[in-house]
Amino acid sequence: MSRGCQIKQWLPIILLVLPAIGAAENRLETSGKAGLELRLFPHSPQFAEQYDTSNLSGFFEPQFFYTWNDDADYVKFIPYLRWDQHDRERSHGDIRQLSWSHIGDDWELHSGINKVFWGVTEFQHLVDTINQTDGVEDIDGEDKLGQPMIHLSLARSWGILDLFALPGFRERTFAGIDGRLRSGLVVDTSQAAYESAARDTHLDLAARWSRTLGDYDIGLHWFRGTNREPLLLPGTDGGGNPVLTPYYEQINQLGMDLQATLDDWLWKLEMRWRDGQRDSFWALQGGFEYTLYGIADSDTDLGLLLEYGWDERGTRSTSLAQNDLFFGARIALNDAESSELLAGIGYDLDYHSHSLQIEASSRIGSGWKASLDLRLFSGNELNDPLSALRRDDHLQLTLERYF
Amino acid sequence: MRRQRMPLRIFLILTLLGVQPLLHAESAEEKGQAIAAESIARDTGWGDMKADMQMILRNRQGEESLREIRMQSLEQENDGDKSLTVFDKPLDVKGTAFLSFSHALGADDQWLYLPALKRVKRISSRNKSGPFMGSEFAYEDLSSFEIEKYTYKYIKDEVIDGLDCFVVEQYPVDKNSGYTRRLVWIDKAEYRVQRAEFYDRKDSPLKTLTYTGYQQYLNKYWRPDRMDMVNHQTGKSTELRWMNYQFGSGLDEADFNKNSLKRAR
Repeated sequence: MSRGCQIKQWLPIILLVLPAIGAAENRLETSGKAGLELRLFPHSPQFAEQYDTSNLSGFFEPQFFYTWNDDADYVKFIPYLRWDQHDRERSHGDIRQLSWSHIGDDWELHSGINKVFWGVTEFQHLVDTINQTDGVEDIDGEDKLGQPMIHLSLARSWGILDLFALPGFRERTFAGIDGRLRSGLVVDTSQAAYESAARDTHLDLAARWSRTLGDYDIGLHWFRGTNREPLLLPGTDGGGNPVLTPYYEQINQLGMDLQATLDDWLWKLEMRWRDGQRDSFWALQGGFEYTLYGIADSDTDLGLLLEYGWDERGTRSTSLAQNDLFFGARIALNDAESSELLAGIGYDLDYHSHSLQIEASSRIGSGWKASLDLRLFSGNELNDPLSALRRDDHLQLTLERYF
Repeated sequence: MRRQRMPLRIFLILTLLGVQPLLHAESAEEKGQAIAAESIARDTGWGDMKADMQMILRNRQGEESLREIRMQSLEQENDGDKSLTVFDKPLDVKGTAFLSFSHALGADDQWLYLPALKRVKRISSRNKSGPFMGSEFAYEDLSSFEIEKYTYKYIKDEVIDGLDCFVVEQYPVDKNSGYTRRLVWIDKAEYRVQRAEFYDRKDSPLKTLTYTGYQQYLNKYWRPDRMDMVNHQTGKSTELRWMNYQFGSGLDEADFNKNSLKRAR
């Protein structure tokens, strides 16, 4: 991993932000969370070097918030640290956010390392483009690495226009040779290659327009720059062992996200056209969420989700959801502990593999949260990325402390 | 002729005396509606408002759980208010924010901001009867009061806590409401809600809400310091304390959009 290089990229931003803090005279707020996570694997691993049975891991994520100029300026700093018992790649640190924000009347400027989310669907985030996935955190792709950016947002009567200049690129993280939940061949991140001669200092650009029209929320975006999703090419490491090496190409991307909120139905659609070195293709993710409120005269809500994911490249796709159906159920007890249960099944219509995921969580006291995650995988196809996980069924217990 | 004129005059007088009260006599429904209209008229023109709220949830065993919330609202002409709510406690939802454009009739527009994912989610406002943050307050108990949301019936006058009150029944128009009716005590002097009793979908007594510590702001608008909701069916209760009311802070439309939702903290 080229962490030294990333810190060099961040340095100008940090130097930019520091005087802003120095010039200020106001208040600092501290908060954050820390957690312990235990993963239990009932099956012996599929690949030789992987750890067996159980894994312990911990994380720490404090947040520092500093505001001045009557809240028109603020700095937010969120460092992140994870320690992992077995997987050295998963033990890692990141700056999730270190940004200075200035708020004008109908505009705002955010400069520094930050995170931005785009999209509406639940099982796959096709149009969520700006931030790199922190792949060692979890397999759901929802954990992101901090992205250096200058982000101007204009809020006008015709909608919100977000303009991004993204100097510097973050490489995706992958589980190491000792880790579970990985592909058969280890991804050797030290051999990352780029289409652009500027490598990870290429200046990427993006724009998004979004607007609410009655019951409809729509977003259109354009992105030009380094593809966050690498191609994984066969290669060898220093010892001559076969590995995968990430290759980051330059892409142009257009996409849209749409949600219709019609009474107890949420209809969702994400679409994306991507033009890269090798391919030019469409992908989409769409479906609905229907909620039954207060079932059986209780306070419990039951949400039913159905989504379909499609990628024009078919089985050549690098995506897990090239022709996949997803079913989900979300149960919220609406009690004082905010107890929730989420169950999801993904079914691959090409490979006939499937995955099952159950997530349950509840608050304990005022500052604790406990969660239980169960994940089961099946599949027996060499080309199917999901099939590589077929011996990685696991139960995950997490205890988090908020402060 | 002479003999006829007198009875006619008497008849006219009697008729006028008889009709006049009839012309002005309101039905119980009209009186109930007029009381609601007057309470709304007296609470119009406040512009914008900020306040902090603390909720103490108590279960039957007396165990407590604390919520801390900051909110700001912007009054809208001819429509429901806009409001932005930010959660400080419990700590696991700190920074979660909620934007709502309420409408007198029809669904409200609502968005939720999840800070861990930095995600804004448009959510359904269909869930009127669900508990707010696990409390005994339903979402509909905390939404802005608009005349079109209920039909009304004046029941009687009654003195409670030394205050002479109108007692009015309010029937929710929205079929998704969790109530068949609310029985509301409104004081005659200032048209402030003093007490409300809620009847569930089976018309059984469900909850009682008591307002205390009314204070006047801008020499006109009354706000309670405390609202106590007791659920008679579960034995649970929620104490809601309002603090730091501020009116006229100069909030405008730009403070109530998806960008302001994302930077709420």
